[in-house]
Amino acid sequence: MTTEQTNKNPLIAKNEWFIILAAVVLPFIFHFSPYIQGLLIFIMIWTVLGSSWNLLAGFTGLVSFGHAAYFGVGAYVGGLLYFHFHISPWWGLLLGGPVAVLFGYLLGLMVFRLRGPYFALGTLASAEILRIVFGQEEWLTNGHNGILYITTWVSKYPYYFVGLAIALGSVLTIKLVMRSKAGFYFLSIREDEDAAEALGIDTKLYKNIATIISTFWAGTAGAFYMIYMGFIDPEVVFALHNISIITILVGIIGGVGTIWGPTVGAVIMVLVQELFRSAFFDLAPSWVSRMHELAFGLLVIFVILYLAGGVVGDWDIIRKRLHFKRAEIKE
Amino acid sequence: MELFLQTLVNGTLIGGLYAIIGIGMTLIMGVMGIINLAHGQIMMIAMYITWVLWQFLGIDPLLSLFISIPLVYVLGDLMARYLLYPLMEKESILPENQVLMTVGIGMVLVELARTIFTSDYRSVQTSYSDIVWRLGHISLSVPVVIDFFIAIAFTGAMFWFLIKTDIGRSIRATAQDKEAAILMGVSAKKITILTFALGSSLTAAAGTLFLPIYYLYPDVGPIFTLKAFVITILGGLGSTVGAIAGGLVLGIAETFGATYISMGYRDAFGLIIFLLVLIFMPGGLKSLTKV
Amino acid sequence: MSIITLDNVTKNFGGLTAVDHVSFEVQEGEIFGLIGPNGSGKTTTFNLINHYFQVSSGKIIFKGQEITDKKTFEIARLGVGRTFQVVKPLKRLTVEDNIVAASFARESSFNGARNVAREMISFCHLEEVAHQKAGGLPIAGRKRLEIARALATRPSLLLLDETAAGLNPSELDEAIDIIKNIRSKLGITIVIVEHIMKVIMSISDRIHAIAHGATIAEGSPAEVAKNPTVIEAYLGSDYNMERFLNA
Repeated sequence: MTTEQTNKNPLIAKNEWFIILAAVVLPFIFHFSPYIQGLLIFIMIWTVLGSSWNLLAGFTGLVSFGHAAYFGVGAYVGGLLYFHFHISPWWGLLLGGPVAVLFGYLLGLMVFRLRGPYFALGTLASAEILRIVFGQEEWLTNGHNGILYITTWVSKYPYYFVGLAIALGSVLTIKLVMRSKAGFYFLSIREDEDAAEALGIDTKLYKNIATIISTFWAGTAGAFYMIYMGFIDPEVVFALHNISIITILVGIIGGVGTIWGPTVGAVIMVLVQELFRSAFFDLAPSWVSRMHELAFGLLVIFVILYLAGGVVGDWDIIRKRLHFKRAEIKE
Repeated sequence: MELFLQTLVNGTLIGGLYAIIGIGMTLIMGVMGIINLAHGQIMMIAMYITWVLWQFLGIDPLLSLFISIPLVYVLGDLMARYLLYPLMEKESILPENQVLMTVGIGMVLVELARTIFTSDYRSVQTSYSDIVWRLGHISLSVPVVIDFFIAIAFTGAMFWFLIKTDIGRSIRATAQDKEAAILMGVSAKKITILTFALGSSLTAAAGTLFLPIYYLYPDVGPIFTLKAFVITILGGLGSTVGAIAGGLVLGIAETFGATYISMGYRDAFGLIIFLLVLIFMPGGLKSLTKV
Repeated sequence: MSIITLDNVTKNFGGLTAVDHVSFEVQEGEIFGLIGPNGSGKTTTFNLINHYFQVSSGKIIFKGQEITDKKTFEIARLGVGRTFQVVKPLKRLTVEDNIVAASFARESSFNGARNVAREMISFCHLEEVAHQKAGGLPIAGRKRLEIARALATRPSLLLLDETAAGLNPSELDEAIDIIKNIRSKLGITIVIVEHIMKVIMSISDRIHAIAHGATIAEGSPAEVAKNPTVIEAYLGSDYNMERFLNA
């Protein structure tokens, strides 16, 4: 990204390589329980989805409400290869991204004519139509019965590293892109499309480039989900709330238009939901566990009202508040 | 032919109810310039209010209109006043911040309902729920017919309000040209809050009326949110007459699609029409009358 | 040698003719003024040159190449830069990043683009605000940012749309200096639309006057100022009379 923004991002920027190293090395030192591994893998998946959405919405200004479309298509590429031809769904990991890109391009032909709220609605409707079609066309997709596949490994460790590789791949490619000409062009389009054209920017081309990168990673995330979970059905992978909306919320909580925001958002989302789901590891009464999504929803409202830049974007504000409080206590 | 007429009648009756959901949405979209992703969820709240009144106090859904509408009006007022309006003055990366807030609101409403009422399916059985009138070979479900006429009454009252009262005129002026309206001395804050509350209470009316016909569960909202978008875009943004036309078209398209093509695609027809209209006729049905 | 030629350019909006058979030719190295009362079609002419609007009839030729049907960004890449009357800063980027984004039109590396940007920052005296968000700049800063950004695309022709409007007298002098330097130091040809007569009369080599979309006069500043049709066009509108007399 720009000279200013990345360097001034104190939450991660300084510790970036340290955190990446920790993510790679720690599993070798400590033995994480399968439960922890599972949580970490979900954080990876949400990091990829959130970053993918953020490139399009946060950096390029194209707020997609239908990222489930690309996630679902990516998941079904591997799923369908296995279902129809008994080819290993791992091929989906290679093909899921490119096929999602193709879908993204076709949808883009329609929805790029739309601006603002109409773009949001167009993407939302496209994803919903795919959900219904994949549920109805049983000859192709096995409909609501879904596709089942016996996962390759029993242990979760291998998945952890595959997930980590994909998550790092998505975050680092986006980081690289945002430091280049394309990144500046995305930001220009987000800020003012007319001005961007006058600066010699082919806005249509660069919107398509942003879409290609974004849909590639969303599709890859979907393909990984298929391999890891071993089961997909249209209501899960094309879900409006559980995929498209949560993807957006991960971006908002962490920080729209920041490189590491979606990663932080994914961590917060998974942890908050898990804390409540487990009723604070059974310390709280059991009815608390029913409130895990409620708690996350309230957090979203709080962040939009008071931290419009998200945790990463408004880290300075948060830190000042914390320091202030600490100083008070000392006195 | 009988099937055709029956389908047409069913579609029209449902369309009448869709129309009031659509009018609520078109007012909010027109005046606030945002899409409200909590619209169906607000309707869901009205449905639970109605259900509680019926289940525990034995109040007929038609009577509970007098309770659910004011309650949801207050809820809408509070949400607009404390959650949506403050965002209008805030700088943020995405202009869609208010839209995202409605996402958060919708999520909280659904989860509140789930926490309190669990995910079980609920329904209301009134004494007249199962009565059917027969007109020749066409059968008419009594609660649907009653609902249809109440919906028409609400639509009429809304029109009277928008056309004849000063506040109504300010709302229409704001929907047509926000900046001009503010220059003319209309208070943006007052109108924003009022519109959101009114739009919410219209959809509350629809929710209460739907209850004897539909099952109720916490996730019933989003599908109606989608329908509201379809109606609004179909009719032309900000147009109340368009919303009525849009509601009828959607109701009829859905029932015909379900009858003649495939039940499973029922919800997809609206969305496909929606995409086509969005792309090829951005002004909606409204634009046809202005040629 | 002519750098840009407008040949009978016309633009209709429905029944209204906003630009009516306007023709002019700008020579390389010139500062060419375009004047006319409010709503006479000056900004529309700019919008036709860089194709925000499609020309209804007529031809636009830039450096011997017809650009009438080229897209906005293509025209910018060929070397036509412009500023906007209603400024369009990339609000949430810093001033420097605004200009870096523009510099990428000719530079492919980040460092190359940043060097060009820094050059333009000092050319337009924006050093002090270089790291501020563009949205927070006062009007004079925003106007200079518009110029710096257009220059960063390395144009050979620059269209300046009311860059002096809303400035106080000392800011105005600074703006005039910058505009003069654009030609003398960077060798860029300028077409300028301006309401403030003091500015346009003092810097233009030739002036083209339009009213109601049609040409009414062309010549040196002195000739145009004396032209009775021009005076009438301006005196016909109260708003501009005061400004005209101030010139």
